[in-house]
Amino acid sequence: MEQIMLLMEGFSQALTPMNLLWVLIGALLGTAVGVLPGLGSAMAVALLLPITFSLDPTAAFIMFAGVYYGGLFGDSTSGILLNTPGNSSAIASTFEGHRMARNGLAAKALATAAMGAFIGGLLATTVVVFFAPTLVKLATAFGPAEYFALAVFAFLAISSVVSDSIVKGLISLGIGLVLALVGVDGPSGTVRYTLGLPQLFDGISIVVITVGLLALGEVLHIAARIHRDPEALRIKPSGRPRLSRHDLRKAMPAWLRGTAFGLPFGIIPAGGSEVPTFLAYGTEKKLAKRRGDIEFGQIGSIRGVAAPEAAGNATAGTAMGALLALGLPTSATAAIMIAAFQQYGMQPGPLLFERSGDMVWTLLASLFIGLVILLIMNMQFAVLWAKLLLVPRHYLYAGITVLSVLGVYAISASTLDLWVLLGVGLVGFMMRRYQLPLAPVLIAVILGPLAETELRRALTVSEGDLSTLVSSPVTITLYIILAITLVVSGMQHMRHRRKEREGQASELTSV
Amino acid sequence: MVDKRIMGKVVYGVAVVAIAGLAFTNAAASGGESSARNKLVLMAPAAPGGGWDGFAREAQQAMKSIGTVNNIQVTNIPGAGGTIGLSQFVQMTGRHDMMMVTGGVMIGAVELANSDTTLDDVELVARLADDYAALVVPAKSDIQDLDDFIEVWREDPGGTSIAGGSLGSIDHLLTGYVAQKVGIDPADTNYIAYSGGGEALTSMLSGTTVGGISGYNEVADQVEVGTLRALAISSEERLPGVDVPTFKELGVDAVMANWRGFVGAPGITEEQKQEFVEIVTEFRDSQQWRDALERNNWTDSFMVGDQFADFVDNEITVTAQIIEGLGL
Repeated sequence: MEQIMLLMEGFSQALTPMNLLWVLIGALLGTAVGVLPGLGSAMAVALLLPITFSLDPTAAFIMFAGVYYGGLFGDSTSGILLNTPGNSSAIASTFEGHRMARNGLAAKALATAAMGAFIGGLLATTVVVFFAPTLVKLATAFGPAEYFALAVFAFLAISSVVSDSIVKGLISLGIGLVLALVGVDGPSGTVRYTLGLPQLFDGISIVVITVGLLALGEVLHIAARIHRDPEALRIKPSGRPRLSRHDLRKAMPAWLRGTAFGLPFGIIPAGGSEVPTFLAYGTEKKLAKRRGDIEFGQIGSIRGVAAPEAAGNATAGTAMGALLALGLPTSATAAIMIAAFQQYGMQPGPLLFERSGDMVWTLLASLFIGLVILLIMNMQFAVLWAKLLLVPRHYLYAGITVLSVLGVYAISASTLDLWVLLGVGLVGFMMRRYQLPLAPVLIAVILGPLAETELRRALTVSEGDLSTLVSSPVTITLYIILAITLVVSGMQHMRHRRKEREGQASELTSV
Repeated sequence: MVDKRIMGKVVYGVAVVAIAGLAFTNAAASGGESSARNKLVLMAPAAPGGGWDGFAREAQQAMKSIGTVNNIQVTNIPGAGGTIGLSQFVQMTGRHDMMMVTGGVMIGAVELANSDTTLDDVELVARLADDYAALVVPAKSDIQDLDDFIEVWREDPGGTSIAGGSLGSIDHLLTGYVAQKVGIDPADTNYIAYSGGGEALTSMLSGTTVGGISGYNEVADQVEVGTLRALAISSEERLPGVDVPTFKELGVDAVMANWRGFVGAPGITEEQKQEFVEIVTEFRDSQQWRDALERNNWTDSFMVGDQFADFVDNEITVTAQIIEGLGL
């Protein structure tokens, strides 16, 4: 167990009082930017970068570790409390989390999220410590055809989120696809739906869409109803963050399932942590249905928070592995971390462990320390954050509006982004008004371009030969799993229908 | 009234965060009318973490280290290969406290988008650092050297897919340039665009495409451990410490640098421009900048004045011609 020895050495480097202070600062900062809608950990690392130039590498890494995971701990907080997730990775945990908050379980939901993030991050970082070289092999098994298969798989696997009303789901999906089409088309350089505005050439940022749809949309929705039914909007902030044994027994499997979804996704650059969080959410929803769980979708299920949160952080954990071992940034935060590492003469890539081994192990140890600190911090914060709900509505939502606009403006200092934000916010408001589900929009925005680009890349490479799509073990496996799932769920659906009909029939005869 | 006190704390906390956020944004975006020696804003027309952002921040550090400017800020205006940054920069007429990072990629992006704003609209200050692109194939490929590759390529230009960065990038331009030089119609080439060198790397490692063209620094480690084989590099001469032949020495006259430099806003006076040139010249000689060049594997290509202007003119002509050849 050479890795353990090396890791222990890393810990001995990282564990000094001064370094603990840095990780605390990093964790606080990361959590703060995570909570704010629009601001992400990429931004936090970018702002910190100049400061860390004057620190020694260990101190800098440990601070980055705090920021890196802190953003993911924080982003679900505002989602759970206010239905306005701080980042796209927290969208999936918002659905059930906010339901829990509305029913007076805000603190418990926050604690579940924090522990989920901790477990996901912990397991993922452990995987990185022991299996980094193997992870790299997995990453290189993915070409365009495999990505396309994955996207199709994810689309269908997530469709359970959509299936409450098929027509409404498809309308939302359509809105998402339209938003995703804006911008210069990568493979051909053609400009699509930009209205001649060069600011739209890079497309509409996922951050703008998330913040507009979820945060601003929610604000407008609340504002429109504030005098009509003030009681319905009141959220009881009561509840303790402690999870009972019963809760733990419910959440544990969900945390582990979520982690299992997140782990592989960190290594492959397929749209960041949104896909696995949605997959985890979809799975929990399906399981809840089978189990006859009435909490899910009604008063908020602890499982529905636990799984996506664990998935999100597990993705971040293995993404760090891909970053270190392959030099492959799978997210914006990872990209800026590469820049940071290079400042210290660390070139992430296949030679990293040989060239700067001691620094890498210090970094990995820092990630563990960061996670522990964040868990402690967020468990304490859960009560405090929940108190945020005591702030009168009008102040609170005015504050959210200001912060949303600020966060979006900070991305690229573009006023056009603000107009887009407002437009998307209005769309979000109208969708709430007509009870269109919001999740499919975001799924389409994330998976649509992925599926399109990868399909076209695969077909360009093969010069239009469709058989390339099913020519590798990975693609064949994915499509087989997909076919089995479809058949099984189809059969279940039929059986369900038959039972229902029989039930109705027996009811009739009994009357 | 415990609740009220806690509420006060929460409100206070939110306010602090909001103000801090505002301050950060403001610091990044503002700029006064003072002298460039007092306060200088370096605009990186790329997102934080992007190539030009790294360049701007290295320059910022170098300037700080020798104190040639008192207060230096880096601001990011990302988008569309730098053309968004460029179009905003040309509106800052007469701003003598602001320089923008530019480079070969911007010329490609301007040509590709048929943008109205070009590098003719700004004041050229200096070219500072270059790196080069390399043609690589997966290690398990049958292709051993450039001659093999060209043979396969000539036989079936469409079937010989090449992965690289986004359209209009140096990777893309070099593909067209090399094709031209070896007698293949660039419009027939099969270039698979990725949003960045990192992503293109996976497609090479997974063996999806026959080859790839990428910044040599991005593939150097993979070449060293032997997962990729570098066939040729686009530099004029062999790079020190890099055991890869140049296209030129292998008989394909395709020299192309991914250069980076600075430009000033339109409408500045000759003295103000000269001030920029002096600042750049000063920090270019600093130890910090030499370290930065080494750390990033950049080649020093310092160039100012007419020499730089001629270079840019030539770049624009060549780029326009390649892009036309590629049929875009």
